Amino acid sequence: MSTSTPTAMKEGLQCCEACGLLSHPASGAEEGRCPRCDEELVFRKKDSLQRTIAYLVAASICYIPANFLPVMTTITSAGRESDTIMQGVVLLWSPTGWPLSLIVLFASIMIPSAKIAGLLYLVISVKRGSIRNNIQKNRLYRMIDIIGRWSMVDVFVDTFTVALIQLQPLMSVEPGPGLLFFAAVVVFTMMAVDSFDPRLIWDSASSTETEKEVQHA
Amino acid sequence: MPDKDKSFPKVPSSKVVVKKRMRIPLVWIIPFVAAIAGVWVAVTHILSKGPEITIVFLSADGLEANKTKINYNGLNMGVLKTISLSEDRKSIIATAQMSPDAAEILVKDTKFWIVRPRISGLNVSGLSTLISGNYIGMQLGRSEEKEFSFVALETPPLTGDVPGRVFTLKTPALGSLDVGVPVFFRQLQAGQVLSYELDKGGEFLNVKIFVQSPYDGYVNADTRFWQASGIDVSLTASGIHVKTESMMSILAGGVAFETPDNDPILPPSAAETTFELFGDRTEAFKPPVCEPYDYLLVFKQSVRGLNVGAPVQFYGITIGEVTSISTELDVKTLEGSVHVTICLDPKRYGVKFMDVAEGKDAKDFHRKIIETLVSRGMRAELDMANLLTGSLLVSLGFYPDAPAVVLDWSQDPLQLPTVLDKLASLEDSVEILVKNMNQTVVGARSTISNADKLLDSANQLIEPNSVMSSELNNMLKQGSGAARALRVLADYLERHPEALIRGKTGE
Repeated sequence: MSTSTPTAMKEGLQCCEACGLLSHPASGAEEGRCPRCDEELVFRKKDSLQRTIAYLVAASICYIPANFLPVMTTITSAGRESDTIMQGVVLLWSPTGWPLSLIVLFASIMIPSAKIAGLLYLVISVKRGSIRNNIQKNRLYRMIDIIGRWSMVDVFVDTFTVALIQLQPLMSVEPGPGLLFFAAVVVFTMMAVDSFDPRLIWDSASSTETEKEVQHA
Repeated sequence: MPDKDKSFPKVPSSKVVVKKRMRIPLVWIIPFVAAIAGVWVAVTHILSKGPEITIVFLSADGLEANKTKINYNGLNMGVLKTISLSEDRKSIIATAQMSPDAAEILVKDTKFWIVRPRISGLNVSGLSTLISGNYIGMQLGRSEEKEFSFVALETPPLTGDVPGRVFTLKTPALGSLDVGVPVFFRQLQAGQVLSYELDKGGEFLNVKIFVQSPYDGYVNADTRFWQASGIDVSLTASGIHVKTESMMSILAGGVAFETPDNDPILPPSAAETTFELFGDRTEAFKPPVCEPYDYLLVFKQSVRGLNVGAPVQFYGITIGEVTSISTELDVKTLEGSVHVTICLDPKRYGVKFMDVAEGKDAKDFHRKIIETLVSRGMRAELDMANLLTGSLLVSLGFYPDAPAVVLDWSQDPLQLPTVLDKLASLEDSVEILVKNMNQTVVGARSTISNADKLLDSANQLIEPNSVMSSELNNMLKQGSGAARALRVLADYLERHPEALIRGKTGE
């Protein structure tokens, strides 16, 4: 690369996140607003990494009770039976029901943990200023963003089941405390994704490029 | 204001340090709250954990780790956590996580057992376990001492905390009894059979029953217990009587008890008192043993139809029963005889005449009575009890003409004199009668055949084509001709009376 990649920040310009309009930042301490769409303008999301880390920590804390507490309590005439997510997976596992079991396993156990791990990796690599596999990192970020909300499926299924299966004397289903924590995990990871600024991935890349260019010069 | 530089040239000027604001973003409240929530959940989880106990089972049949619950009166008190084989491989050791409320009730005599569906006769219990799976039942102990390891019972304790008393019944055979079979008092369920075991001697069974309050108050020394499983059908002159306890006891068996209204009413029996269990009600109300007076009767005739237990009657009223029958062969005379032992129970059958004296001089009094009765001609004999079945009974009757007998009081039991019974003599005479009748019948038969012949010949005589009848016909014809001639003669004589003298003149 012969010329350094220009970024809006380097050029002292702000890019509107909503409409993409480039503008000169407002003078003064106050943050300016997009002259076109009135969106608040920042160079980079405020405290992006810290916020992301905070949400990730909250999500990981909630992840423990989400998996250890029952998410659903089935009350039948035979008694009450509380199941955690993992027990549900085991319960669903049968010669014919294994795809369903796998869906629950992926959506409820793998994806939340993968999201946390993935975001953590992004945060760490940004902090360390690593520029390797930046394209993959960006792809990872997009994937986490898209796939993240699907973990909420479990919560929806649970709430639907609880609402629908209320055959009082025969059978009823109650939500377990684990469900609340699970929902919290999903919400916190989504917020972490939202607070992470993917442009940070490229900032160090462009700065190292600049350094290289400086050295070249 | 003096110039700084000039007045104090050596004093350094203050440094301007840009304050680094320690900015902790508000967002960190979120993980903090999450952590607090997590810790709170963990703490409540730990606090909600009660004590852990171990229970030793003989078999892990129907037990499941993390599934099998421990219930007390239907209230969940804990759940089995692990199930493993004991070191000696003879039993199953299960650990259970109890709820915190259970901590108080885990004492030394707290009992645990596996609740399984039990169907014995009509008694069905633990049916809910068919759906919910087996669970572990629990019964509270009364001890104050804490205990965290228990040995499970094989069968559920039946008494529970119901007030009542346990009694032991001795029976030679179990019959249709089983654990949990009901105990009836006036056809009300008053308790149930707890357990049974063979006595050490192996001769009878000890059946433990539980009679709940208030029925246990009716159990006293006079109380009789009997197996209430059967149907008691008796055919009497007034019809068929069917006596049963409830339908349930017919199918599943049961124990019934009754206390006769004796005066005075005895105080209730203490718990663990042993009673005898009778086969049926009739047997139960026979007094246990008729020990008072045993007598030996020697019959030199067949006693076919006489059974042990056959009644001994006096004036047609039962006053005792036959207790044993055996044949004896006299070695010297080679004469067979039947020895029948009877016993008379004055108390039971109300033999008033034997019941006068009690205590010391009872024996002498008894001897006096028997001597008197025998000298008056009292003899034992066999009598027909039932014409249909041919069963016999022993009857004591008076034969003043019978030869006098000297009683041998050194014998035990005392031998009472017997007479050949009316029946045997009746049989003999009937036999002779039948023989005579036979002869008579033979004679009668020849008479009948003679009469037959007579009638036959008579028949021949009067048949229409017989010689006799034709002759008779001729005779009658001739008779009528004679009569006609006579009439003609008479007519002629009327008109010619002179003809008598002159004779007939020609016309």
